[in-house]
Amino acid sequence: MNALPPVVRLAAVTLSYRGALALDAVTLDVPAGCMVGLIGPDGVGKSSLLSLAAGARAVQQGRVEALGGDMGGKGHRDAVCPRIAYMPQGLGKNLYPTLSVEENLQFFARLFGHGHAERRRRIDELTRSTGLYSFLDRPAGKLSGGMKQKLGLCCALIHDPDLLILDEPTTGVDPLARAQFWALIARIRRSRPAMSVMVATAYMDEAQRFDWLVAMDAGRVLATGTPAELMARSGAATLEEAFIGLLPEGKRRGHRAVEIPPLEDGGEEDIAIEARGLTMRFDDFVAVDHVSFRIRRGEIFGFLGSNGCGKSTTMKMLTGLLAASEGEAWLFGQPVDPKDVATRRRVGYMSQAFSLYGELTVRQNLVLHARLFHVPEAEVPARVDEMVARFGLAEVLDTLPENLPLGIRQRLSLAVAMVHKPELLILDEPTSGVDPIARDNFWRLMIELARRDRVTIFISTHFMNEAERCDRMSMMHAGRVLDSDAPAALIAKRGKATLEEAFIDYLVEAGGGSAADDATVATVAPPPVPVAGSSLAGRVRRSLGRIYSYVWRESLELQRDPLRAALALVGSLVLMFVMGFGISMDVENLRYAVLDRDQTQLSRNYVLNLAGSRYFSERPPLADYAGLDRRMRSGELSLAIEIPPGFARDVARGKPVQIGAWIDGAMPQRAETVGGYVQGMHQQWLLEQAREQGRGSAAGLARIETRYRYNPDVKSLPAMVPAVIPLLLLMLPAMLTALAVVREKELGSIINLYVTPVTRSEFLLGKQAPYVMLAMLNFVLMCLMAVAVFDVPVTGSFPTLLAAAFLFCLCATGMGLLASTVTRSQTAAMFLAAIGTMIPAIQFAGLINPVAALEGGGRVLGEIYPASHMFTISRGVFSKALGFADLHGEFWPLLIAVPVIIGVAIALLKKQER
Amino acid sequence: MRDHLMNIYRLGVKELWSLRRDPMMLFLIGWTFTVAIYMAATTVPETLHKAPIAIVDEDQSALSQRIAAAFYLPRFTPPAQIAVNEVDPALDAGRFTFVLDIPPNFQRDVLAGRSPGMQLNVDATRMSQAFSGNAYVQQIVMGEVGEFVQRYRDSATPPVDLALRARFNPSLEQSWFGGLMEVVNNVTMLSIILTGAALIREREHGTIEHLLVMPVTPTEIMFAKVWACALVVVVAATVSLNLVIRGALHVPIEGSLALFLVGTTLHLFATTSMGIFMATIARSMPQFGLLLMLTLMPLQILSGSLTPRESMPVLVQNLMLLAPTTHFTELSQAILFRGAGLDIVWKPFLWLVVIGAVLFSLSLARFRKAIAQMA
Repeated sequence: MNALPPVVRLAAVTLSYRGALALDAVTLDVPAGCMVGLIGPDGVGKSSLLSLAAGARAVQQGRVEALGGDMGGKGHRDAVCPRIAYMPQGLGKNLYPTLSVEENLQFFARLFGHGHAERRRRIDELTRSTGLYSFLDRPAGKLSGGMKQKLGLCCALIHDPDLLILDEPTTGVDPLARAQFWALIARIRRSRPAMSVMVATAYMDEAQRFDWLVAMDAGRVLATGTPAELMARSGAATLEEAFIGLLPEGKRRGHRAVEIPPLEDGGEEDIAIEARGLTMRFDDFVAVDHVSFRIRRGEIFGFLGSNGCGKSTTMKMLTGLLAASEGEAWLFGQPVDPKDVATRRRVGYMSQAFSLYGELTVRQNLVLHARLFHVPEAEVPARVDEMVARFGLAEVLDTLPENLPLGIRQRLSLAVAMVHKPELLILDEPTSGVDPIARDNFWRLMIELARRDRVTIFISTHFMNEAERCDRMSMMHAGRVLDSDAPAALIAKRGKATLEEAFIDYLVEAGGGSAADDATVATVAPPPVPVAGSSLAGRVRRSLGRIYSYVWRESLELQRDPLRAALALVGSLVLMFVMGFGISMDVENLRYAVLDRDQTQLSRNYVLNLAGSRYFSERPPLADYAGLDRRMRSGELSLAIEIPPGFARDVARGKPVQIGAWIDGAMPQRAETVGGYVQGMHQQWLLEQAREQGRGSAAGLARIETRYRYNPDVKSLPAMVPAVIPLLLLMLPAMLTALAVVREKELGSIINLYVTPVTRSEFLLGKQAPYVMLAMLNFVLMCLMAVAVFDVPVTGSFPTLLAAAFLFCLCATGMGLLASTVTRSQTAAMFLAAIGTMIPAIQFAGLINPVAALEGGGRVLGEIYPASHMFTISRGVFSKALGFADLHGEFWPLLIAVPVIIGVAIALLKKQER
Repeated sequence: MRDHLMNIYRLGVKELWSLRRDPMMLFLIGWTFTVAIYMAATTVPETLHKAPIAIVDEDQSALSQRIAAAFYLPRFTPPAQIAVNEVDPALDAGRFTFVLDIPPNFQRDVLAGRSPGMQLNVDATRMSQAFSGNAYVQQIVMGEVGEFVQRYRDSATPPVDLALRARFNPSLEQSWFGGLMEVVNNVTMLSIILTGAALIREREHGTIEHLLVMPVTPTEIMFAKVWACALVVVVAATVSLNLVIRGALHVPIEGSLALFLVGTTLHLFATTSMGIFMATIARSMPQFGLLLMLTLMPLQILSGSLTPRESMPVLVQNLMLLAPTTHFTELSQAILFRGAGLDIVWKPFLWLVVIGAVLFSLSLARFRKAIAQMA
């Protein structure tokens, strides 16, 4: 090693999340200036260690130092963060899938404050040297796995880091792309020899080439040293064996090397699967291109290839999940037909991701699948017991699969796929993410199935050593089968020493580029960018630049998500239409009928009085009580009037008469209104009668002249529309914004907040701005709709309303941000945003009942809630012809609310993962 | 055939198990059919509740003071006394819904039989209070004036009396309507959410792919989801009607509960199909949520369960005839409030059968197509 101080130091670092221990008192010094590998299976703490070193995760216990300072301290983290580059686990996890390669790189370059020309130079240089230059316009989500990782690396290298941290950068990437990736790293290291690299990997063959290794298991460091040292220590020939040798005794026990009895000869004509020219096209993209192969009964046939090369698609076509665009396939001599249920019983399928019911116990899963495959009911318990015994599931029978380790879940998946005793097993990458020992155990089970039970096994993998165990295998690349044969024969054909080299050779021939890559353009260490002064002006300028880069990116993403964008623009208009017409207090066209048992001129006069009103619409008269009852029950009539026999006679005699009126009380609000109308009509009729008969002015003792202010016709629309606009302006933008932050948390790109110089306020303000603009556009559209569709004019000062709407949009989107900073999933964020905006706005902000009429907590909430003031302003401007002078008092609460809401959101956002 | 039925039965039982292990959904079901209904029924304000009123008393007589004293809680806030020049600013700022202006010499003019006029200013942007409030104010004021005058002279009783009776809900209690309509709305909401979420969960967990390689058909998968979710909602609605509506809220149910449940089942056939349809369009839970908002709100608000259908524009009324919620609301109101039997409500039943069949076949076609893309 060299004399440089360690680049990363860990002292007694312990980390746990949700009760599970990820790191257990780890103490480690990582040497600088070299390539350090972390090896070990999934879930042993490699990723946790790397994220701590990168400052992405908060230190819980112990001390973590990187680049000579304490990563627990915010000051040091901020200072060194531009010198560290971190590429998280998962293909393209920190990338934005809808953005193009160019846009992704532009975004990261802007975050680190490079100027326009500098960005162009760096992007061109990096993409030329990685072979991405010709794909600059392609969306990152549509890149192959290897290209995604290269792009991730470009994004990480855009700011010349001193410490490069890569978390399993090559998992799921084809061997050629992997070779190119490491060649690229080697070249970069040559041009920047001081740079330290930390890599986690699951491939032991890669680790073999690193300078220094850290072997980890169960949150502890097992051993450190050069690969040669590790192998020497355990006396093993390969690193994989060395690793197994380093494991504690308990884990190693029961591990035996996998032995494969040779496939018996004969039966070459007994074909289980045959495919001829199988092709699958999605739109313009060919996923599988004329694939042909034959698999014998009892054979273990492997598909080797990278992520996205068409392995899964081919398998899905064979199972009938996808209908082939072209070509044919036969299972046991029968053509594959997606509708043919019978052949499905002869096939067992295990998909790439764990796909059993997490909500059912192990036993329930087995029983359900046995029954769905129509295992005779009497045999089901015996069959389940058999599977449990064979796959060693007895101890976990009543456990939910979610709580089981990956290796056991994998066994359960295989048991489920076998429960109906299929003759053919199709297994899609069954061992990805499983540690080497569990993988070997899994293979032993499969070999037993193939050799003892003569089950044909069709398996896909991206592990070379697994492919070597197959009887025969196909190498796949970009939808095509490059060659099929026994692994040894393939190696021999190419004259190579290993299967990997043979595969790379095939890939190169297929046009995948050369292993060394066209490395003509060396990554020249660029002249250090003059750090744009630490003056205040410089800092502000860079900060604005980072805000802008988030604004720009968020707008691009929004444009490319059709449903969200549509909802944002059309949603408010649809809902406004619905609420405008639906939440109407108007009562018109009330259906009524009369039971006139008098049939005189006077009774008809009474009826006519009613019929003349716009509120009532008359139905055929009633004949009897039964009809009255029936028609009221059906809801046809809201009102029934009964005029008693002898009505005219009694009136003439001055004898008291009673007219009966039945109102449908099912809808109380409507009933009250109807009651009011009927009473009014009745009074009017009485007055008229009195006047006609000259019984003097019974006009009453006093009169009340009602002036309906602001809305003289007392129509619902002019009253509702000014209130609906703020309501929708609160609800939809809040919800959309709520999705914005939490979406990054779900997809993983939130990591860019943790490890780049962007601050929390820059991040949030940058994300908020596009939604504020969108909300303002919405507001203008809604106002136009109010005027044009609903005929509700703006009588007051529109600029006042516009200014208030702007402040209000800041509040609404701020609430959305707040909701998404405290939640983890999009569903939860949406729910919280909906509840947090709708309930207070509807109940306490004066939408229906004035705030003045509330009491206690509701009153206080109503007084401070921004929507209350927006309702007042909106109603004032729309209906009451008011301007800023009349409404300025309502602006203050809005002005205060904006910084408070956003401030709380910023305070609650974490700059590190916890 | 027997195999099909067994598959449908078993897949449905699996849905029920999945639901049992989903605490969020269980909570949602429990909440929407108990607490939410109770709250919706009891917190719906009476039509006029604490309406803020002010009085400009330019008369300062015994009569004007008597009028002011006649406004009290819970319908009105105690009236504020304000001056004439304060009326406009107060109304502009929305401090009061009603301002009653009693002119000078009001009492004298009343007693002299000059029938003086008062002015009632109503903020008509507050629809809920404006209209019914006006009637109450008129009634209260005229009553006070009448009583006041009666001490001085007799007034003629009107020769014809109007006997107003409200059928089906004699005292016009809001909680009856609010509670029952909340049940009706929640049936719609929950059935769409349950089926949609069940399908999306299968897709997110990759289990749908697993089902498809088994000897089961998309039709069986869909039928299984429909019956399982419908069963849950029917049970929840029954419990809620009995325990919350009848038990806690003491709302009498006029008609036959069985007939209502038959109608609910028909309705669920349509809504669960909608849930599946929407889940095939949405790519994830949040997208489903957004889609749900856009469809559920119109379905409920315009169905007549909130405000009377006849006051909506004719175009909207006709369009909403295509929505299952309209007919479900109609039959629920007829059966539960008005005790109607099948002889009266056969029409909405027929509508629901037709709409359900159309929606189910549409969804099935869409589900078959989408399922190929999901795998």
